[in-house]
Order: sequence, then structure tokens, then C-alpha cells
Amino acid sequence: MDMDFRILEQLTQIFGPSGSEEQVAEFISAQISPYCDEVISDTLGNLLAVRHGTGKKIMVAAHMDEIGLMITHIDKEGFLRFTPLGGVRTANLVGQRVKFNTGRIGTIGVEKLAKPSDFKLDKLYIDIGAVSQNEAEQIVHLGETAVFVGDFVEVGSRIMAKALDDRVGCFVVIEALKRSKSTNELVFAFTAQEEIGTRGAKTAAYALEPDLAIAVDVTATGDTPKDHTMSVKLGSGVGIKVLDRSLITPPQIKRWMAGVAAERNIPFQWEVLEYGGTDSGAIHLSRGGVPSGVISIPTRYVHSPAEMVDRSDVQAAVDLLVSLLEHPPD
Amino acid sequence: MLLKSLSELNGTSGAENLVRNFLRQTIEPFVDIISTDKMGNLIGMKNDSLSGPKVMLAAHMDEVALMIIDITGEGFLKFRPVGGIDARILVSKPVQINNSCVGVIGAKAIHLQKHTERQNALSCDQLYIDIGAKSKEDASSKVKLGDYAYFTTEFEPFGDGLYKGKALDGRVGCAILAELLKNDYDFPLIAGFTVQEEVGLRGAKVAAHHLAPDFAIILEASVADDMSEGAEDGWITELGNGPACSLMDRSTLYSAKLIQWVTSVARQNGIPLQFRRGSGGGNDAGSIHISNVGIPTICLNVPCRYIHSFASVISEKDYRDCYDLVNALLKELPNFFEGSSINFAKEDKS
Repeated sequence: MDMDFRILEQLTQIFGPSGSEEQVAEFISAQISPYCDEVISDTLGNLLAVRHGTGKKIMVAAHMDEIGLMITHIDKEGFLRFTPLGGVRTANLVGQRVKFNTGRIGTIGVEKLAKPSDFKLDKLYIDIGAVSQNEAEQIVHLGETAVFVGDFVEVGSRIMAKALDDRVGCFVVIEALKRSKSTNELVFAFTAQEEIGTRGAKTAAYALEPDLAIAVDVTATGDTPKDHTMSVKLGSGVGIKVLDRSLITPPQIKRWMAGVAAERNIPFQWEVLEYGGTDSGAIHLSRGGVPSGVISIPTRYVHSPAEMVDRSDVQAAVDLLVSLLEHPPD
Repeated sequence: MLLKSLSELNGTSGAENLVRNFLRQTIEPFVDIISTDKMGNLIGMKNDSLSGPKVMLAAHMDEVALMIIDITGEGFLKFRPVGGIDARILVSKPVQINNSCVGVIGAKAIHLQKHTERQNALSCDQLYIDIGAKSKEDASSKVKLGDYAYFTTEFEPFGDGLYKGKALDGRVGCAILAELLKNDYDFPLIAGFTVQEEVGLRGAKVAAHHLAPDFAIILEASVADDMSEGAEDGWITELGNGPACSLMDRSTLYSAKLIQWVTSVARQNGIPLQFRRGSGGGNDAGSIHISNVGIPTICLNVPCRYIHSFASVISEKDYRDCYDLVNALLKELPNFFEGSSINFAKEDKS
């Protein structure tokens, strides 16, 4: 079945930094409600969906939030100072356009530096075109958040956009949910606040009490010029996580995931990520412990305004998730 | 005065008993149920039988201090900080151990230091506590490993409506919370005086799990950097400008809806309010807001200069304004719950 990548395009362009995931949740809710028995939002802002069935309760998680910036100060000339929301790379920021929930655009500038090593986050500011503090305060307030501007562009077999981390994961879960013929009890968590410490997943897993869980998230690659050593390549199949800083995938989960992939001829690659973590890190420690794995989508330039994925990897991720839900482990 | 008594009591993480005993006596007449949980959190409850949102007010009892980890052959005490202490502030400060033994944090006098030694700040490894003992045996009769050494600062007013004292970080919250308990509110109210905040929000984690409140307000002191040479945008909070509502710190991203509510209640009641502008640090909110299925949480801070040091400084007016703001929020709370779109669904326990 061909996938409707326009849904992914829409997903990437919705405003949804950590703590402000409402609009993403609203969009996803409309997509999945016809396919679920129950859809609710919780205190942290997670969107939780249940599809009743029998047997083991399987949880599938993908996070809705994207990295962003939070305004901490508005100065007398109307320039804004900010703090990062999630793993923002300071070096990437100068000259970037950012967007507030109101639609207002700003650009990031830098103070005059005495030497290159003075380049630090606190030397940067956002210019929203305000001519005074008073005007700026009419437009934004302290604590308001902004996200990168990063259009959805198709380049050959690949796609680049902001927030593919992790709207592509949300997309994979939505697509799998629509196709799944699984008869198991399925619970879906589109989580909040992953980028600042997998906080939504923690309360979601507590509330849903699954027997096992799969998170779907992006992972880094090692396939660009003079990249760090990492054996994950764009276009070489979906990633099955072995380890990151938050999780070591249990052997039985790895065997199950790789076994199903091999049986269905779904291209996959083992993923060892030496930094970072994802929702499964929080989920697998919930209550008495939940065996958990991760479907990873290889992504270049993670946490930039132009993250890049390959369509075939996304397709493989959907195929794998659908197959896993239909063939749960014993 | 309540805050003076609380400030001068000694109680670091894991050794909060003196503070707990004092608070227990203080709040006993004003709560219906009082208990201490397995971690050592002191829990007071009012109106437990009423319906309505179960609201938890939390403040931590522990302060930063030093733990004795070794006694040298000469009878000097080696130590490690409990909680975040800047070793550079320790040199030559008097300390108290076991509420009886006096000591001085010693280091080589300036006369004896080489030029290169003067260039570098001393670390904990180079410092020791001198309790005037003649030998290891002498010292061991007064102090044992694992004992704590505390700052000896007397709490007192000074300047234009300012207070100085030790341990204000958590005790300011404890004092405001204890005072609020004298009022009557018509919903179930839980006072959680927590332990081990300074070493990783540990008491609050357990308390929030077993108390399972519907809403939590954290009362704290937070960094004021308004006297530093840095630009205004790095000040975090400013003394005298009212309580500071947290936007974000390392442990919590506070809900925009709740911040909006705090802002509107402050405005309606004419109470000054500022925002905590940094994103570092953390407090009990970090444990509480992700407990169970998630608990809506806000944090109100009294601005505090020289926090985690021998003598921190707060403004009496900020303290009063913080009390007034929390009181106003609590009065407004039932209305807010009625009309709010925030999810207060309780966990299904079936």
C-alpha cells in the first residue's frame, strides 16, 4: 500500500515544541479516532489511544514534541534572549529563522565577538522585527516558545524538514494503526516532552500498564562525509535498536523484531546509538518493568531545521510495525 | 519568629529530624492528620473527607551541609558536601557538628601560601575542619564518620527589609507553608515537608506517589543574581520584585496554562509577580509532576541571593507577597478546576 506522505508533510509543519504539543495531538487525534475505541489526552499532554483486543497488551509510542527555544528576557530595544528546549546545537543557530505559535517569525543574531571561542548561547538573540521593548512585549511574552522554520522538501528518494524527529515516528504509528489487523490489545501513546527527558512517556506507561512496548523514533546515521563511526545508513532499512543511553534492548525483544523482519523480507539494520535516548528508556522502567524495543528511522542532521530521511526506510518501519503487532512474541 | 527558628535549625539531607520535629509541633494544631512516611517526609492533611481537588503544597526541609568522611592522624576532619556547595565559600568558616562541637574550616594562611597557591581556589580535598582536637582519639570521642557539619549563621534582619540566614533555600518554603495551614480552604489540602531534595528530589518522589494529589504547588527559594556584574538578562530573579513563577528548569517544563492562571490571579489581587528566567537548577516539582499518571504542578520562588551558602539573603516583602499569592491561588483554585481544560482525571484504581 502506498503511503500518503502529505500527512507527514502536515505533521512536520505543525507547531509543537516540548510542553506545547496540543496542535500535534489534535491533528493526530483526527487521523486515528476512526481506528480506535478510545482516545484521550492526559495531564502531561500525551495523546493516548486504545484499541481493544485480546492477549498481551502492546504499547506503541512516538513523541509529538520537537526541540525549540524558550524566551527568557526581552530587552529595552525589543531583542529576545532565550534558552534551549531540548538538544539544540548552538553552532547551528545563527541566521536561522524561528516561528512562534502566533505565526510570528524571527531570526537569530549574534553579538560582536572578540574571538571565535566567545561564541556561546548567551551571545545570541532573536530579532522579531520589533522596534521597542513595548512592541516586542505585545508580540511575545516570557516563557513563550519558538521552533525552527524548516519546510518539507522532497529531494529524490529523500525528504527533508524540521521536526522529522519525531513526527516521522508519529507518521509511522498512524500508518501502522490504520493498516493493522492485529487482534491484540493495543495502546498507543503519542507522547509529550520527550526532548527534555522522556517525561510524557513516564506517565503514559504508568497509566497504560502495557505487557510490552515499542517506541518509534529517529536515530542518527554515520554515512555523511567524515562522520562519526556509526553503522547506520540512510536508505538501508529500518533500524532495530540494540542500545542507547536510556535502554539496552532485551534479547527476546531483539530476536522477535529481527525474526519478524527477516521472515517478511523487511530490510533492517542493527542500531547502536552511543548517545541520546528515547521513550522506551522511560517505559521499560515503569512499575515492575516493561520489556521494550525501538523501531528507529535513520535520520541525518537530527535537531536541525533540515533533518533528512529516506522514504524506503519509512516504508520499512511501517511494514515492520504492522507485522510486529500481528505477530507478538509468545 | 517562625522563619528564624527554621533557618537556625540544623537538618541536611537524610538528617531532617530536628526540622521535622519543630514543624510537627508548629502545624499540629492546624491539621487533621499528621504523619511521617518511610522516607522521613512530614505529611499534614486538612479536610481529607471533603470532595474536590486534592492539593499538595510542598517545601523541602533539608539544607546543604558537610558530611565527615575521615579523621586524620592529627585529629582534623575531612569532609564532603551534601548537596551543591561551592568549595570556594568554605575557607575559614565556623561550623557546628552534632549541635555541640564547634569547628573551623581551616586552610593555610595567606602568609604561608606560595604565589601559585594563591592563584587557585582551594578544593574540598585541601580543606579540613579543625575542632581543636589533640589527636585522632580525641577527635573520635566527639565526632564519628557520617556526622554532619553545619553553618552557624544567626538569622537576622538587616538593610531595608532584608533577612540573612542559612538554609533559607528550603526553609522559606517550609515557613510559608506552615503559615498557610492556619487558613481554612474548602478542599482537601496536603502539606508535604519533604526530605532529600538537595541530593536529587528523592523524598518528593515517594511522597507524590503515595499521596497522589490532583495538583501540586512547590514553595522554594530560588537564585537571585541581581547584584552580579552580568547583564540584566542573566539575573534569573530580582530581590524585591515579588515571588517568581518558574517557567522551566532542568527538571520541569511548567504548563503554560498554569503559568497564565498564576499571572492572572496575581494581577487580580495586585500582587507583584516575576518569572524565574533561567533554565538551570531543579526542585521537587521535577519528581512530583511526573509521578503516577502525571500531576499538574507549579513552583513559586522567593528570590534569594547567595543561595546554598553560609548566609543567603531574601526580602521580607517577597516572602509576604509569596504567601499572599499562594493564599490567593488556593482561594481561587476550586473555580479554576471547574472551568479548566487541564486534565485532572484521577487514576483508575480498579
